[in-house]
Amino acid sequence: MDLSLNDEHSMGTTIIGVTYDGGVVLGADSRTSTGMYVANRASDKITQLTDNVYVCRSGSAADSQIVSDYVRYFLHQHTIQLGQPATVKVAANLVRLVAYNNKNMLQTGLIVGGWDKYEGGKIYGIPLGGTIVEQPFAIGGSGSSYLYGFFDQAWKEGMTKDEAEQLVVKAVSLAIARDGASGGVVRTVIINADGVTRNFYPGDSLQLWHEELEPQNSLLDILNTPSPEPMNF
Amino acid sequence: MSSIGTGYDLSVTTFSPDGRVFQIEYAAKAVDNSGTVIGIKCKDGIVLGVEKLITSKMMLPGSNRRIHSVHRHSGMAVAGLAADGRQIVARAKSEATSYESTYGEAIPVKELAQRVANYVHLCTLYWWLRPFGCGVILGGYDRDGPQLYMVEPSGISYRYFGAAIGKGKQAAKTEVEKLKLSEMTCREGIIEVAKIIYKVHDEGKDKAFELEMSWVCEESKRQHEKVPEVLLEEAKVAARLALEEMDAD
Repeated sequence: MDLSLNDEHSMGTTIIGVTYDGGVVLGADSRTSTGMYVANRASDKITQLTDNVYVCRSGSAADSQIVSDYVRYFLHQHTIQLGQPATVKVAANLVRLVAYNNKNMLQTGLIVGGWDKYEGGKIYGIPLGGTIVEQPFAIGGSGSSYLYGFFDQAWKEGMTKDEAEQLVVKAVSLAIARDGASGGVVRTVIINADGVTRNFYPGDSLQLWHEELEPQNSLLDILNTPSPEPMNF
Repeated sequence: MSSIGTGYDLSVTTFSPDGRVFQIEYAAKAVDNSGTVIGIKCKDGIVLGVEKLITSKMMLPGSNRRIHSVHRHSGMAVAGLAADGRQIVARAKSEATSYESTYGEAIPVKELAQRVANYVHLCTLYWWLRPFGCGVILGGYDRDGPQLYMVEPSGISYRYFGAAIGKGKQAAKTEVEKLKLSEMTCREGIIEVAKIIYKVHDEGKDKAFELEMSWVCEESKRQHEKVPEVLLEEAKVAARLALEEMDAD
């Protein structure tokens, strides 16, 4: 079996950004793979650009890191020149410029989210190629394929902070269950007028979904396990 | 005040013994010889007004504009050498569009003023360039509200409630200081600016003049535009009336 251990580090990934009434919640899984080998099972894919703007990274780990580094540098200079924190829109536009102008060399999808005093909480999706789209919520990465239907049903306007975070954790957890390139823990970052809060949900604290067996200590326990329950909401 | 800087005034890269750069001061004189330009910041926007001196009866009214739009949300009125002013306006327009291309939002007025000031200052640093012979009043409306800036030939830029440059600037400043700007709307401001320009115009020394006005305010949907014809006429009538009343005294 070929593990392709010399492949480029890639973050299969599930990344999510969601606005709520008063700010944004960003969420991501934590698996970084080289081929079939999990190079890092607890990576942090939510990276800081400024005090009030963060970015979720997916695709090539190196590419997304370098883009974040450049944008952090430009934003820092911009903040000094302007004399006040940069807006989320400006941060997203700088990310877009780097992604678009280097589209032939880069392979990374990003979600920029943050809060500023003029527009409040905002989410911008910047997929491969360098389009920029402002959205009430955005999903990205290989795991996001399994979440389109889920969000169509579960998303609503004007959620509270806790509702939004629970939605994000649930969604990442569902994607991890189905996407081989996503896994590990769920990390969230909440950004609002009061500041930034980071949360961590270990893999075993996540709800089990349809067909996922209970953990077993002995093969003989198979004889005693009840049949799996139907999915609840 | 004014003195001849014999020997120290030949180049903009020479300081005088008392620490002045005479070339820059002479550039400011070019501004002082031009028609008066006024800018005021009202509670809902900015009004710019220019006393455009008419040098020839053959000139078409409305030509030789002294007020230019730099971006959707901001405009500039120039005093002094008109050709120099055109360069500054062109540069400001270019800065505004390049900022928007990079950052994806309209350039904040403060940032625009800084860039214009830097550019004007640039031309005071090299012996092979001469300073700009014009001053500029820049008014704009961005997400922080209406703002008014003035840039001098030295490259200094300050933010103002009311500013005046050109021939009648002293008299104009006195008049502007009498106004209660924080309670005035732009509609009222237009009338006041017209009155002041008519008042400071020197009938004896200069012959005819044309009044040019622009605004950027809530009424103009935060876009910089010429004051609508109807309002401009109203303002001119009110200004002439006020002048007659004064003369009658």
